[in-house]
Amino acid sequence: MPELGQRYRTAFAASAERGDGPLLFPFLTAGFPTPAETPDLVRAALRGGAAGFEIGVPFSDPLADGPVHQDAYNVALSAGATLETALEAVRVAREASPDAPLTLMGYLNPFLACGSASDDAVQAPGAAVGEPLEALARRAAEAGVDGVIIVDLPVDESDAAREVLARHGICLVYLLAPTSTQERIDAVAQRASGFIYLVSLTGVTGAREQVAQDFAAFVRRVQARTDTPLAVGFGISRREHVLEVGKLVPAAIIGSALTATIGSAPPDGRAAAVERYLEVATGRRSEETDE
Amino acid sequence: MTRESGAFGPFGGQFAPETLMPALAELEDAWADAQADPDFRAELDGLLRDYVGRETPLTHAPRLSEQLGGAQIWLKREDLAHTGAHKINNALGQVLLARRMGKPRIIAETGAGQHGVATATACARFGIECIVYMGEEDVRRQALNVFRMNLLGTEVVPVKSGARTLKDAINEAIRDWVTNVRNTHYLIGSAIGPHPYPLIVRELQSCIGNEAKRQLEEKIGKLPDVAIACVGGGSNAIGLFHPLIDDHVRLIGVEAAGEGLNARHAATLSAGAPGVLHGTRTYVLQDEHGQITEAHSISAGLDYPGVGPEHAWLMLTERAEYVSVTDDEALDGLKLLSETEGIIPALETAHAIAYASRIAPTMSPDETILIGLSGRGDKDVEIVRDALASRER
Repeated sequence: MPELGQRYRTAFAASAERGDGPLLFPFLTAGFPTPAETPDLVRAALRGGAAGFEIGVPFSDPLADGPVHQDAYNVALSAGATLETALEAVRVAREASPDAPLTLMGYLNPFLACGSASDDAVQAPGAAVGEPLEALARRAAEAGVDGVIIVDLPVDESDAAREVLARHGICLVYLLAPTSTQERIDAVAQRASGFIYLVSLTGVTGAREQVAQDFAAFVRRVQARTDTPLAVGFGISRREHVLEVGKLVPAAIIGSALTATIGSAPPDGRAAAVERYLEVATGRRSEETDE
Repeated sequence: MTRESGAFGPFGGQFAPETLMPALAELEDAWADAQADPDFRAELDGLLRDYVGRETPLTHAPRLSEQLGGAQIWLKREDLAHTGAHKINNALGQVLLARRMGKPRIIAETGAGQHGVATATACARFGIECIVYMGEEDVRRQALNVFRMNLLGTEVVPVKSGARTLKDAINEAIRDWVTNVRNTHYLIGSAIGPHPYPLIVRELQSCIGNEAKRQLEEKIGKLPDVAIACVGGGSNAIGLFHPLIDDHVRLIGVEAAGEGLNARHAATLSAGAPGVLHGTRTYVLQDEHGQITEAHSISAGLDYPGVGPEHAWLMLTERAEYVSVTDDEALDGLKLLSETEGIIPALETAHAIAYASRIAPTMSPDETILIGLSGRGDKDVEIVRDALASRER
């Protein structure tokens, strides 16, 4: 079993040494538009310059997601996507890239459904979600997952879940938001491993015209309390955003814009569209020559 | 990180996106502060008396009792509260709370439209901006309530995602809250959601049980043997049950069995499994992959695949029983109360009537059933007319 968070540490250290800007972790919805296409899209993103992945596990009720991901999850679920689709995407990525940090991202209930709940009356709710995650942790570790992001598991309820995942060598990756208080930033800083996911804006997922104005101040507030690497997501869609946030944090996550790119590409051109999108976002291809 | 987590045993808690967590803490503090402030209680009590018309009556149902031939049935008449249902108790309390927190904008979800109307009413009374999210399917089913909200100056936003019912309206309200959390209070209408909502809603609805208890003692000098209420999210049920928790009273929550527990239904406690939905750990209708399944009930207000976490706890500890009643049985219950007592109940409430009519004949005439008559049926007459017509065909 690898040491907890080792692939994240190696990737962030190597990137800092190269000094070539932020790592790009695309968010790919497992099973969108179909489970059969996901492996090709994973490989295409790696060819385009993805440094790792957030593999999104679709959920019926994604209350922190904007319309693009809501639609993508519905399409994926209708096409038969399950947690296994996401784990298969991880296996494909792991085979293609032994060192890339691979993170599962989703909502708590599909992760819980992997295992079974026992309703011990003395448990608190946060403790009660630990044991059912044992099955997820085991399957995820076998597939090669390095970390798990659970959108609706705040630090307050996370201790049992984090311990279960850690037993299988998997980081629980925490989120912080511009509304997070000092007290909450400290609570996350004490528990964080892998990286901390900064939600760049006060809102749901989805592409925005600009990076949120108060983002720099938010990054400084977090950096004052922790040395854990930071990655930024929500609203990041263009090369210029990547360059802008790259001055502040070592990694960026692109989600909805990539999903929209897949959704609007012709059925036989989706992998090519993903590869090209990543090439532009990582700066390997300039937008002017994007023809 | 030492805040009280709002746990009901293994149920409840705060399973919300990080962006909302500080707002939940702010709400918890504001609620504690308000409860300790005699002026807050006095203002709310004054509104409940002079604006809502509390206390609501406790009505004996002599012809219903006689026809069923068993226990004496008493009705706690929340249908006579302003706006026609218990929802106003919670809406007014939370609007006062929002004003205290200095939040100028209120959002809410609604299924049947009763909570939306109550929230629109309370916001109109205090001149606060109000936006109500409502599933497109419910907008169609409850068009008159949409118009009522509009008359009250509220914007109703139809929600087109998912099954386009209550669950999807809650998702959309939470998305709005995630975006506008700094100036917005989310006025949840049932005893669901992350802590402190289930506690706040329970406390604001406990007037139902507190009054009924006192009224029944005055009228017959004793507590009921059985208290029955319908359960969707479970706000009227917890309001009726909570003051009776320490008493020797059988508590029965009635869920919507829809077309039957083997078909489409909304009987979360009877046929669901533990999970996490809308910020709380509770019983949830879900498939083997943890995807939330669509609920179905003839009553839009019960059409929800989750349930308040305290009900999950009361079931686990066997302090309350949870049963279910089909669409058809609820229709029969609605007709029965209308014909015997001249009271047309809401379809939600009709589920409680239907279950009472099942157990009353097995009880003796010196025993008492207390039913939470959570709302009036005016909003449902069209649905009932169509359902009865299609049944006769």
